[in-house]
Amino acid sequence: MSTAATPAPAPRRRRRTTKLKRRQTRLAWVLLVPALAVVVFVAIYPLGKTIYQSFTDQEFLALEPAQWVGLQNYRDLLDDSIFRDAVWTTLKFTLITVAFEFALGLAIALVVNSRFRGRGVMRAVMLVPWAIPTVVAAQMWKSMLQSNGVISDAGTRLGILAHPHAWIADPATSLAAICAVDIWKTAPFVALLLLAGLQVIPGDLYEAAEVDGANALQQFWKITLPLLAPAIFVTLVFRTLDALRVFDVFYVFFGNRLGTQSMAIYAQSTIVGDGYVGYGAAISMAIFLVIALFVVVYVTFQRVVLR
Amino acid sequence: MSVATEATTHVIRPVSRSRAFWRSPIGRLVKKVPFYTLVVLIFVYCLFPFFWALRCAFTPESDLFSTPLQYVPEHPTLDNFRQAFQAEFFRRGLLNSAIVAGGVTLLSLAIGTLAAFALGRFRFRGRSFVMYLMLSMTMFPSIAILGALYTMISGFSLGPIDLPNIYDTLWSLLFTYLIFTLPFTIWVLTSFMEALPGDLEEAAYVDGATPFQVFYKVLLPLILPGLVTTGLLAFISAWNEYLFALSFIQDPDKYTVPLAITSFVGESGSSFQQPWGTIMAATIIVTVPLVALVLVFQRYILAGLTAGAVKG
Amino acid sequence: MRARIVLLATAAALVAVALSMNVASAGRLGPATTSAKAYPAPKVPNAAAIKKQYGGQSITFIGDSVGGSHNRDVALAKQFTKDTGIKVKVVPHPAASDASYSQLARVFSSKSSSFDVAMIDVVWPGAFAPYLVDLKPKLGKEAKQHAQGIIRNDTIDGKLVAMPWFGDFGILYYRTDLLKKYGYSAPPKTWTQLFAMAKKIQDGEQAGGNSSFSGLVFQGNSYEGLTCDALEWYESAGAGGFIDDGKVTINNPKGAAILNLFASQIGKTTPRDVTTYQEGEAHTAFVEGNAAFMRNWPYAYSIGADPKTSKIVGKFSVTVLPHTGGPSVGTVGGWQLAVNKYSKHVDASIEFVRYMTSAPVQKFDAITNTNVPTIPAVAKDPAVVKANPYLKPEIASVIRVTRPASALRTHYNEGSKAIYQGINQILNGRSASSVLPGIQSKLERILR
Repeated sequence: MSTAATPAPAPRRRRRTTKLKRRQTRLAWVLLVPALAVVVFVAIYPLGKTIYQSFTDQEFLALEPAQWVGLQNYRDLLDDSIFRDAVWTTLKFTLITVAFEFALGLAIALVVNSRFRGRGVMRAVMLVPWAIPTVVAAQMWKSMLQSNGVISDAGTRLGILAHPHAWIADPATSLAAICAVDIWKTAPFVALLLLAGLQVIPGDLYEAAEVDGANALQQFWKITLPLLAPAIFVTLVFRTLDALRVFDVFYVFFGNRLGTQSMAIYAQSTIVGDGYVGYGAAISMAIFLVIALFVVVYVTFQRVVLR
Repeated sequence: MSVATEATTHVIRPVSRSRAFWRSPIGRLVKKVPFYTLVVLIFVYCLFPFFWALRCAFTPESDLFSTPLQYVPEHPTLDNFRQAFQAEFFRRGLLNSAIVAGGVTLLSLAIGTLAAFALGRFRFRGRSFVMYLMLSMTMFPSIAILGALYTMISGFSLGPIDLPNIYDTLWSLLFTYLIFTLPFTIWVLTSFMEALPGDLEEAAYVDGATPFQVFYKVLLPLILPGLVTTGLLAFISAWNEYLFALSFIQDPDKYTVPLAITSFVGESGSSFQQPWGTIMAATIIVTVPLVALVLVFQRYILAGLTAGAVKG
Repeated sequence: MRARIVLLATAAALVAVALSMNVASAGRLGPATTSAKAYPAPKVPNAAAIKKQYGGQSITFIGDSVGGSHNRDVALAKQFTKDTGIKVKVVPHPAASDASYSQLARVFSSKSSSFDVAMIDVVWPGAFAPYLVDLKPKLGKEAKQHAQGIIRNDTIDGKLVAMPWFGDFGILYYRTDLLKKYGYSAPPKTWTQLFAMAKKIQDGEQAGGNSSFSGLVFQGNSYEGLTCDALEWYESAGAGGFIDDGKVTINNPKGAAILNLFASQIGKTTPRDVTTYQEGEAHTAFVEGNAAFMRNWPYAYSIGADPKTSKIVGKFSVTVLPHTGGPSVGTVGGWQLAVNKYSKHVDASIEFVRYMTSAPVQKFDAITNTNVPTIPAVAKDPAVVKANPYLKPEIASVIRVTRPASALRTHYNEGSKAIYQGINQILNGRSASSVLPGIQSKLERILR
């Protein structure tokens, strides 16, 4: 907003604009009050408490009050090989599931969005995995993936598998097994969000492209992807964040098994199982930093590539 | 396309043999094959576990795990469904989950649309900060804030504010579920608000509308697909949530569906015996209405109502 | 459009049926409804005196999980209220043991008086001791009736912090018909015998067409149950009990040997995914007829004897677990009752605990719910033994071993986690000599 010297009549116009601008800004903040209230109550206090606890040696069932230990928890965290394994497992899990969920979700969304006879049924079908409670779905898949379960059975009958396999017990296939389940479960989430984004793209853009002789692939690349970009960005951000915080499926599949823990599982077993609230809070802060790193990467990517 | 144009096209640009093939009836059918293969694969992938759940639900307890596996139950039974319905905590669970999920969805939409209006249609300093503040709520694992949340809902005093004890009530879930429904609701709705043309409200303001009228009459109808989408996702998220429900609810009368489903216990009374058939029957009972609900509201997602606004 | 209508109609139908059920039945899942009629809840002794002193008070009891067990708690609580006028609100605890632990831990650490009596696992007294009332003054005499091993387990620093309520111990289940078929006259006495028998039976059954058959199933998942199973392996091999007399002994040659023995059988005479098995998967495999031997708690007996769930009714029996260099043992499981230190009705709560842990109630529980009594006199009662065949003297007198909860105190979960995570790794392929030193040092660090 420049304040360079101007002839007398102009300032009146400019002042009215800034007054409107100020009123609008005030209105915006007023509209944000409910959301900010929720954030303060339901998020800021717990987060603040966690941050504070990460600098103490508080234990769940200890009778003595917690002592301030400064950065000791964080120093121990750097030496913690189990935590490093958990981070690495979670990163692998996140990369695989987000990539496949996105591909599958996009495929489903494109299919449902196009004009063909099975469309209505497809809409119902695509939501079924998402509608089943996660704990139940995880237990269902766990029993299906046992060596005497239906996946091994069907696989051997169809000749795809040589003999029944213990997908979850075998360390070589356990990550693949849990990724398959999570992809199955959350592809509908991605599909639904991308579908909403697809529906907003006006159909006549495609008609015009058709007239100009563009084939399906060109239409997808030049029309669909760019216009879908905001929806893709939001979907990817939230799916990545959710994958980094994964807990339910890991708990049902692996429990506390070494080598297959997610970050949240390790945090939970430290806080609730072992009772080390202070150290567990430091773990939670570390998880927050890992996730924040991803957010920064996404935001930078969006700013540089998409805008 | 007039005959003249077609004749012209035919003369000026001779069609290649491959192009002719793809345009012929056989070619058009072949083009559809990969598409329909994809459709079938998606069907199988999404539905097989559900088919398995159905199979388990109709199989008597004794045949569930007998080998060789029965893909279709040899003695189908309605017993599991009867057991599921007879469990009072399950019926209550359906009602409780409906109340909590419905309430959380309405709250999220109410708060979220107001926030999205501010963040999507106004430019002001601190806008980005607020967006990322919302996002930061989802950057902590639930277990990290569980302890603090438990202290809060058990009633504590924060300065002049005295919070009541809402432990073991549905209110605790209603407020704590906002932690994960509100961020993506706000983000998705904001992106919908941003996508609307910039000068949309100008006309309305010129006509003398108040901001609230602009919000209610102009913007909301145009982002209806976004509202329905986030509403559905929030509903299902709240419906399926397990950890907070397990930590904040004690009384079986207040169990939500995930708690109820994991509480089914077999005839022996031992918690080691899970009546898998009954649990699957309960899952079917829970899933079918959810999918039906989604189908009813999906009509509003696929309306394409914005087409008119963009042109006009 | 049609699909939508069909789905909506289905949904409406389901809702209608659900609502009609609400009116029609007030039934809950689980047994005990018929048996409760046949065997009524015992009356409270000395009820009049209790009523005079504490009548009218209300206490909250965090009891067993939803289902038949919860119904039993409610029936007993109702009888107690009827006789003494003390109102008891029964809240079921979460079915999963660690969820139950965290619920109690959270409530204790917030010094809440929201409950008065709670049931706690046999390994929790050490962790919760500072928050529990000493029951010795008022219940010391009754405590002498119970198995002294459990009483010792429940006594921390001289305070009796919990009263034994029902017990559990590990036993060996075996297929009597298969043993006969393959020419064995008696169940195995040593682990090597067991694995040899298991291999022969497994080979025979698999050749006969049952490709899902395995010789032995047990609890091998990375969780508390593995600590129980492994303790039995160790003690029966003479390798000690992980921590003995305050010293960590888990890393010893006999221990490594028995662990290597079991590890070598994974995928051979045991299913490959036995390392993900908990109690449920193990008993399912056994009652479906897909295992020759099973290590499990006594609860599985009634499941095996129930024609509705079992394919091996009448074809199995139980005995003590094998040994090899040590005695036959069974790990102690089971639950105790404890009183919250912050409770506002401590004395009324103690009366409730006195009633619930008394001999008549333990007999009631054993007959109607097939729970193992902790009072040896009750365990020898003929009616009780009839309902619980694993209480035959030759099995019930097996040496009961306890996990090192009293040594590890509040850090029991952490110590047990080190044990079961390490042993699960060994079962999944790593050598015992590479893992045991790590467990040893972790436990030593905790004990320091």
